[in-house]
Amino acid sequence: MAEYKWPDADKRTLIGKRISRVDGPAKVSGKAKYSYDINPPGMLWGKMVRCPHPHAKITAIDTSAAEKMPGVKAVQIVQGVGAEISWMGASIVGVAAVDEPTAIDAARAIKVTYEKLPHMALDTDPKLAGEFAKPANANTAGDPDKAFSEADTVVEGFYGLTMITHCCLESHGSVMEWTDDKSVLAHLSTQAVSGSASNIARPLEIPAGNVTVKQDHVGGGFGSKFGPDDWDITAARLSKKAGGKPVKMFNERDAELMVAGARPSAYARVKVAVKKDGTLTGWQSDSWASGGLGGGGSPPLPYIFNIPNQKKQHTAIVNHVGPQRAWRAPGHPQGCLITMSALEDAAAAIKMDPLDFLLKNMDLAGARAEVYRDEFKIAADLIGWKKNWHERGDKTPGPIKRGLGLSCHTWGGGGHPSDCDLVVQPDGSIELKMATQDLGTGTRTTLMIVVADSLGLPLEAVKLSIGDSRLPASGGSGGSTTIAGVSSSARRASLDALDLIFAKAAPALDAKPEELEAVGGTVRVKNNPSKSMSWAQACAKLGAMPITVRGKNPGPGNLGSQGVGGVQMADVSVDVETGIIKINKIVAVQDCGLIIDLKTAESQVYGALIMGVSYALYEEKITDARNGRMLNPNMEFYKLAGIGDIGELVVHMMTGKGYDERGVIGLGEPPVVSPGAVISNAVANAIGVRVGTLPLTPDRVLAAIEKKGGNNARI
Amino acid sequence: MRAFEYASPTTKEQAVSLLGSNWADADILAGGTDLLALMKDDVVTPKRLVNIKDIKELRGISIGSVRGLRIGALVTIQELADHPQVREAFPVISKTAGEIAGPQIRNMGTIGGNLCQRPRCWYYRAGFGLLAKDESGESLVPSGDNRYHAILGNSGPAYFVSPSTLAPLFIALGATVRLFGPKGKREIPVEKFFVVPQSETDREHDLKPNEIVTEIVVPPLAGVKSASYEVRQKEAMDWPLAFASVALTISGGKVSAARIVMGHVAPVPWRSKEAEAALVGKAITEETAKAAGDAAVTGAKSLSGNGYKIQLAKVAVKRAILEAAKGGAK
Amino acid sequence: MHDDDDDVKEKESGWSRRSFLKASGISLSVPLVMGHRVIKVAGAEVKMYGPGKVALALTVNGKKYAAEVEPRVTLLEALRGDLDLTGSKRVCDRATCGACTVIVDGKPAYSCSVLAIEAQGKAITTVEGLMQGEKLHPIQQAFIDNDAQQCGFCTPGFVVACKAFLDKNPNPTPEQVQHGLGGNLCRCGTYVGVRAAVMQAAKGGQKNGRV
Repeated sequence: MAEYKWPDADKRTLIGKRISRVDGPAKVSGKAKYSYDINPPGMLWGKMVRCPHPHAKITAIDTSAAEKMPGVKAVQIVQGVGAEISWMGASIVGVAAVDEPTAIDAARAIKVTYEKLPHMALDTDPKLAGEFAKPANANTAGDPDKAFSEADTVVEGFYGLTMITHCCLESHGSVMEWTDDKSVLAHLSTQAVSGSASNIARPLEIPAGNVTVKQDHVGGGFGSKFGPDDWDITAARLSKKAGGKPVKMFNERDAELMVAGARPSAYARVKVAVKKDGTLTGWQSDSWASGGLGGGGSPPLPYIFNIPNQKKQHTAIVNHVGPQRAWRAPGHPQGCLITMSALEDAAAAIKMDPLDFLLKNMDLAGARAEVYRDEFKIAADLIGWKKNWHERGDKTPGPIKRGLGLSCHTWGGGGHPSDCDLVVQPDGSIELKMATQDLGTGTRTTLMIVVADSLGLPLEAVKLSIGDSRLPASGGSGGSTTIAGVSSSARRASLDALDLIFAKAAPALDAKPEELEAVGGTVRVKNNPSKSMSWAQACAKLGAMPITVRGKNPGPGNLGSQGVGGVQMADVSVDVETGIIKINKIVAVQDCGLIIDLKTAESQVYGALIMGVSYALYEEKITDARNGRMLNPNMEFYKLAGIGDIGELVVHMMTGKGYDERGVIGLGEPPVVSPGAVISNAVANAIGVRVGTLPLTPDRVLAAIEKKGGNNARI
Repeated sequence: MRAFEYASPTTKEQAVSLLGSNWADADILAGGTDLLALMKDDVVTPKRLVNIKDIKELRGISIGSVRGLRIGALVTIQELADHPQVREAFPVISKTAGEIAGPQIRNMGTIGGNLCQRPRCWYYRAGFGLLAKDESGESLVPSGDNRYHAILGNSGPAYFVSPSTLAPLFIALGATVRLFGPKGKREIPVEKFFVVPQSETDREHDLKPNEIVTEIVVPPLAGVKSASYEVRQKEAMDWPLAFASVALTISGGKVSAARIVMGHVAPVPWRSKEAEAALVGKAITEETAKAAGDAAVTGAKSLSGNGYKIQLAKVAVKRAILEAAKGGAK
Repeated sequence: MHDDDDDVKEKESGWSRRSFLKASGISLSVPLVMGHRVIKVAGAEVKMYGPGKVALALTVNGKKYAAEVEPRVTLLEALRGDLDLTGSKRVCDRATCGACTVIVDGKPAYSCSVLAIEAQGKAITTVEGLMQGEKLHPIQQAFIDNDAQQCGFCTPGFVVACKAFLDKNPNPTPEQVQHGLGGNLCRCGTYVGVRAAVMQAAKGGQKNGRV
C-alpha cells in the first residue's frame, strides 16, 4: 500500500520547477479551440432580445415578423408576458437563423412591450435606498463601547469599492446541439465541465447522462462561469426547434458586462480604537453593499486582524443593476480594502510606520501570523520600505508625489472533490482522464507534471484528457480549489498505479514491490539502481490488458491543505494637479504550500496584481440611477489596465521548508485580494489624504485633496 | 449592424455623387474604427456605405515652405506621426498624432476621420441621440452621469465633448480644411468646421451629407512654438480628460501672439481668447502659464459630476504652454 | 435612395444575379444575390454591392479564399465564420481590445472594424499564418517561454500585434514596447510575460525575463 505523500525535495524531477505550460503552442498559434470557436456543419446563429429596462413587467411579445423572415429557423420565448424583469439586459426572446446577420435582423424584428416598474440603481447611501435597503442585525464582540472610551485615539474613515464586472474576454455562451431526440452536446464556456451537464439536463427534462459538455479552453471566468445560463438553455431549446442543428449563442460585449456577473460593491464607515503604542483595541463598522436582487453580502470585517472588541452593522441594498456573481476571492477584496485602509489611517493618526503597526498587532491574525511576519520582511526588502517610506504626505516640491502602501490577505484554497482515471497500457503509454478544465491557470500542465514526476517519466509521456463531462467527475474551478483537488487525485492514482506495476515487476527484479521506485523512465530497486528495467518493460508485465486506476480527492494521505497568507506593497506616484496615479512598483510575497509549477504559479500572482491595478484605478460598472442603464457596457469606458499601466511587478513565492510539507494549496484568489488596499494606502501616503473609494479616478483623487480627506463629492 | 449597399469609388466626384442628401441615406467609410461601431450599435443606420479609401487623390502628405503642410484626408494617423518631414518641420503634429489611442487605431484611422469622428458621449452611443434627450425632451446629461462631459459651452442643447485631439492642434496652428461636394470645393478654417448642433438633425461638423473632407492644410510654423498636453488616465486606448494645444510666437522674450485651444472640454474644440490675452505681452513662467490656464476656463461651468475637469483643463493649458516654451515638442 | 438620380442606371454585371440563378438552376425566390449592380455616377461606372450576399475573394496567410457574405460582415466575422480561421477573437467588437488584431498590408489592424468586402485584394496575416509549417515563430516561442498567456483568449491578437510591432521596431526599448503594444488588452494579466517575450523575440530568441 502506497504512502500518499509528495516526493521529497531532492526526488522531484518536475514538481516545483519552472515548466512552460503544455497548451502554450496551441494558444500562441491560434489552434486552441474555445467554445466560441466551434463551428460545426449546419450551425445556426442565436441572438437574444434583451430587456432595455432595469425593472419592468412584460405586457406583450410579438415574434410574428421575425418568424416570417427567410433564414429564421426558430424563436424561443425565455420570459413571457407577465414576467417581472429585474435588470436591464435580461434575456427575453431568443432566435436562431442561418447566419449571424439574419439572426440580428430577426432579433430586431421582435417587438416586446413593457410596463416599467420602480427601480433602484444607487448604492452610495443606504438612506437613499428606502425600502430597497435591508439592514441586518448588529453584531457585537467583546466590549466595544469600553474599548472606544478608553482608546488613546479613535480614527474614523469612509472606504468603499464600486461594482465591477468580470469582463471575461470570451463572453458567456455555448454551441448547443441535439445529437438525437434525447441527447445534447454542449460546447459550453464554463468553469465547471462536470457540474454543468446536470444543470443543462434539468430544464430540458432529459437524463443528465444524456448531456455531454465539452470544452478544450475557456477565455476567462474569474468566478462568473458556473452556468449554464438562461441563454445556454435557450440555445438548446432553439436547437431542438430547429431539428437539432447546432446553435451558437454567445453574449455580445454589452450584455456580457451587463448581465454575466459583477462583483458586489461595498462601503463602510469605520471607527478604529488604538492605544498610543499602536495596540488595536476596537473596531466599529457600518457597512453596506449592493449586487443585484440579493443585495451585497457583508464583507469579512475586520479583515485578518481579529480586533478584540467589535461592533458591526451591515445593510444589503437590493438593486436592479444585474446579478452579482462570485468574483475572484468573493468578499475579500472588499473586506481587505476597508480594513487595511482603516488600519493604515490609524497608523498615520498616531504617526506610526504602518509596517511596524501591523507587525505589532500581528498576533491578531491567528494561525498565519508567523508567515505574515516572514513575508512582510521579504516584501519590505524588495520594495525598500525602510528607505523609501515617509510619513503621510510626500514633501517633495512639484506636483508628483510618491508613496508606499502595504496590505496582507488570506484565503482557504483546499482541494475540491476530484476523480480521475489513470490508464497504463502494457506498452507503457499512459493517459490521465479527468473532467476538469484549465482556465489558463495551468491545470493541464500541473496534472502532467504530477503524473510524470510520480511515474519517473518525462512530461511528454503523459497523455491528458480533460474538458469532457463523460470523463471522471472533477469539481468546478472556483475558490482556488482546483490545484489541490486535481493534483491530489492524480498523485493518488499515480502511486496506486505504481503499486500495481511494482507488484508485477518485482519478481523479475528479484525484489519486493515496496523496494522498487520509478525513476528516469525505469523501474528499479532503491539503493541498487543496477537492478532495473525500462518503464515499458515493467508495464509489459501487466499482460495484454491495460490497467485503469481511479484517483480520488479527498482520499488517503494529506496531499493538499488550505489557508494561505500573502503580503503586498506598492510604490505609486500621484500627480496632485491632475489626480492621475501611476504605479511604480508592486511587490507580492505569497505562500501556497507545495508549488507544482513555479512558472504558472508566478503567472497567477502577476495576473492578480494586474487585475488589481485595474480595479484599483480604472474599473467601475457605471449605472445611470434614473433609467438603470449601464453607461459603459463596452471596453472603451469599462477600462482595463493596459501593458503600460502596471509599473514594475515583483513576485516572490514562499517555498521550501515550512511551506512544501503543507501540501498543495490553491492560488487563484489570494493575490488578487490586496492590490486595491496597497494602492489606496500608497496613494494616501503620497498625497497625505485618503481617497475613500475605488477606483481611484482623477475626480476622486482631486476631490479628496480639495476636501483634505473628507468624504468625496461622488463616492 | 443593418444591411447596406456598398460602393468603392475611385474619384471624389464619384464619391459625392454616391452620397445622399440626407445623413440617413449614406455614410462615408474611411478608417472604419468609429463608423462600424456606431453601425453595430444602431446609432447610425446608413442604407449605403461609400468607401473612399480607393480615391488616390485623397492620400499623401506634402510640405512646402510657403504653402505649409498638406495632409490628404486618407493619410492615417500613424503615417502622419511617422512622416520624416512632418517630424522635422511640425514635430508637435508628429508627437500629438503618435499619442492617439493605440497602434491599430493609428494605423487604421485617417486624418479626415479623426476630424469627423462622432462624440463618445455614452448617452449618444446608447441611442438617446446627439443631444441625449429622454422621452420628455430633457437632456439626460446635466443631471446624469456627466463625468466625461463638457465644462465649457455647456449651456445646451449639446453637452458632449468634441473627441478629436488633432482638431485643437490644427486650430492652434491656423489650419484649414478642404471639402468637396456636388458644387465643387470649399475651404474653411478648421475652427469653423466644428459647430454646436442645435437639433437632432444637425451634426457637429459644417459638413453636408454629400460632402467629403479632402485635405487639411497647415501653414508653415514660421518660428511658432507649439505643444500639446493631454490629461489621460491610461497610457493608451483611453480618451483625454482634458487636452490643450498652444501655438506661441515669442519675440524679445515675451509672447507676441498666442493661440490656445482645448479639446475634450466642450462640444467643439474650445479656443480660449481669454487665455491668449492673459499670455500675450508676458514672458512665460510657471506663474504666467498658470494664469493663462486659469483664464482658459473662464465661463466654465460644472455639471453635476464633472467639476474636476475644470482643474484638468487649467493644468493642460498650463503644461502645454510650458512645454511649448521649452521649445515645443521634439 | 439614389436610384432615382438622373445619371444612375443599372445593368447586370458579369457575375450577376441572373446568370448565377440561370447557371445554378435555382428558382428566383431564393434570396441569393452573388453579383453587383453597376451604376453610372459622375461619368463613370461604379460597382454597387449588396445589401445581399456578394462573392468575395480574400487573401489570408498567402492563400486565396472565397466567401459569400453581405457587405455588413466584418473581416473578423468572415475569418472566424466563413474561413474557420478562429485564432482571431471577437471580444470588444468595437476597436478597443485588440483580440482581433490581424496584419493588413503590413500594418496591424482591428479586424472587427474592417469590412470583409473592403479587405479584398489586401494581404491579410492572421495568427494562423505565423507558423512556418510545424515550427513556431520566434515570437510565439517567446510567448511560451515567458508564459505570456493564461486563458489565452487575448494571446493570438497580442502575438500578431507583437509581430507587427517588431517588424517596425526590431530593437525596441522597454518604453517603446509599452507604447507599441498599447492597443491590446488582457484580462488575466499577462503583460509581464508579454514584455519579456517581446524583448526575447527582439534579441533573436535570447532568453531573459520570465524564462
